[in-house]
Amino acid sequence: MTQAEQILKKADRLRRELPRNFRDEMVQSLYDEAERIARRAVQEREGRSYDLDQKIDRIVTSPIFGLPIMLLLLALVIWITVIGANYPSEWLANGLFWFENQAATLFERWGAPWWLTGFLWHGVYRGLAWVVSVMLPPMAIFFPLFTFLEDLGYLPRVAFNMDWLFKKAGAHGKQSLTMAMGFGCNAAGVVATRIIDSPRERLIAILTNNFVPCNGRFPTLIMLGTIFVAANFPPALTSFVAAGSVVAIVMIGVFFTLLISWLLSRTVLKGEASAFTLELPPYRRPNLGRILYTSLIDRTIFVLWRAITTAAPAGAVIWLLANISVGGVSLAQHIAGFLDPLGWLIGLDGVILLAYIIAIPANEIVVPTMLMVYLGTGMMIDLPWDQLGVILVEQHGWTLLTAINLMLFALLHNPCATTILTIYKETGSKKWATFSVVITLGTAFLVTFLTASLARAFGWV
Amino acid sequence: MNDHCATCAAFNQLEQMGLTLDDFDRVVALAGNPNTGKSTLFNALTGLKQHTGNWPGKTVTRAEGGFEFNGVRYKLVDLPGTYSLLSASQDEEVARDFILFGQPDCVIVVTDATALERNLNLVLQVLEITDKVVVAVNMMDEARRKGLDVDPRALARDLGVPAVPISARTGEGLSALLRTMAEVIEGQIRTQPRRVHGTPAFQRAVAELAAEIEAAIPGIPNARWVAIRLLDGDERVRQALLNDEFPQLIARQRQADVRFSNKISLEGRQ
Repeated sequence: MTQAEQILKKADRLRRELPRNFRDEMVQSLYDEAERIARRAVQEREGRSYDLDQKIDRIVTSPIFGLPIMLLLLALVIWITVIGANYPSEWLANGLFWFENQAATLFERWGAPWWLTGFLWHGVYRGLAWVVSVMLPPMAIFFPLFTFLEDLGYLPRVAFNMDWLFKKAGAHGKQSLTMAMGFGCNAAGVVATRIIDSPRERLIAILTNNFVPCNGRFPTLIMLGTIFVAANFPPALTSFVAAGSVVAIVMIGVFFTLLISWLLSRTVLKGEASAFTLELPPYRRPNLGRILYTSLIDRTIFVLWRAITTAAPAGAVIWLLANISVGGVSLAQHIAGFLDPLGWLIGLDGVILLAYIIAIPANEIVVPTMLMVYLGTGMMIDLPWDQLGVILVEQHGWTLLTAINLMLFALLHNPCATTILTIYKETGSKKWATFSVVITLGTAFLVTFLTASLARAFGWV
Repeated sequence: MNDHCATCAAFNQLEQMGLTLDDFDRVVALAGNPNTGKSTLFNALTGLKQHTGNWPGKTVTRAEGGFEFNGVRYKLVDLPGTYSLLSASQDEEVARDFILFGQPDCVIVVTDATALERNLNLVLQVLEITDKVVVAVNMMDEARRKGLDVDPRALARDLGVPAVPISARTGEGLSALLRTMAEVIEGQIRTQPRRVHGTPAFQRAVAELAAEIEAAIPGIPNARWVAIRLLDGDERVRQALLNDEFPQLIARQRQADVRFSNKISLEGRQ
């Protein structure tokens, strides 16, 4: 018998000699002691603001008002972003593309070969310009607002309002917290699942985290809502329609989080939901300096930098695809044509799918990529920012279905490369990492296929 | 025992050293319940920007940073929040393993002055296993706002270790905290931690078993804790003993593995 086995045997013998509930008694006396000490050290004065916290919580976490308040706040934040980001985006785009033309003209005057000018300025630089003008303004508005709510202590209330839904779905109630963190960053949400102690429920939380849009995808969704969905409505309504469509998309994301959690807990990850307590931290006056630091340095610059480092090569790839011709037709058009039937099936088109493939490393750049493919392949010549939606409708057969399905696809499709890597690291399994891609991509194709088929069956498009 | 001189400008003796950890003299751990402001204190002392937020469960891995105080270099380890040393989820295990097997020179238990009773459960559990403890009573400003009078002297008397009122967000009380910490480490303050002992029969059983564990795994810190867990029938601790995992576990705590990095602070977000 090894030394370890001897120790265990002795422990078993000693345990039998002790009273059955010796440890419970120890824990109980510890709690009693804590209570005694705390009572001696803390005196309560007449509290006024203490009650205020509780009063606020009674409203924002009430069964009746909790969810509507949540949705209203979300709508407000997005609406402010939509209103505030539109003009800066246009100015940035005009300025950056003006620079592209100046630089390209200068290169030509210096006698630089056409392919060098094209590759550098109409490829790499244009990729950067698109990402900066499309993503920077919404991020600079959305992130501080989001961080403000986070700092205030509102996000745990969001989780509190929804934990019962997760329990119903056979998942852990704390998944509502990791889901809420996924709104910040899905990779972070996946890491955050460490607070869930049951491995089964933790896996469910990991696999479904990507169904809520992260901070990287919010600008994409906001822009899709603004330029494409709202373009189908009268100008007076655009900002409301845009905000409303993004809120609807978020609700759909939560719905799929719950649905897939439920399906997983009924099939491959069977089991009972475990009990837990969720703690509501006190409200704290947010620190303005820290909000700006976190949202602008940590988040905006971080996300933008990541986008830029993938957009530059993406721009290069697109330019090459558009300028290398086989049989008189550019490679981009060949590929887009090849993908068209699949794209049509799910209410999109070949160009959009090509953009998704190019944007795999960081799929928040998919819309800039898509616009670049339309532009770079000579399919769209000029760039009137305010009429982007109209032009897509007129020149490329875009419909409301295309816009909605694009939003759905952007919401549901596979996690970004960082998140997939994080899932692999957290689960230690290639199988689960692959599975996370399969279920998200599968859901995205299935849902968009269904909406496209339904819309066509009813003759809406 | 110590004078909490909140007004003197001892702060200029603090030098934030960020990631410079090559050559430190002492290791200090920051423990505490979730959302008590450990990361805020960590940032204030090291000058780093570990992501903080009003959110229990922000820190899920161990972050390390450095600072110098009165000429002594300290490595500060920010641990995930935990309610208890008995718990099982992965983030709490990180905290527990480091407190138990990382052999820090001092554990600063950060408590929330507005929820002291719940916080004291962990304090008492930490006191069970180490003498080198300073209790930081954080969020004193918030307690005042909520109409609570917290008396750190009464707390220190009852716990047998120093209790220093601080407000990590505003920097209030940090110099007193550091001075107290240094004095506890160097033995100028002798602590007499309050221990919940249990019955004599239980104590005998723990002592007997702990002696055998120490013989089997030379140099294991906190054999008493292992003994208690075995008496309790903790399956994971049994397995760890059978598979001879303790030496590895102890070695892992000593590695400077999870240093603070922007990547961790963003993705552990955090």
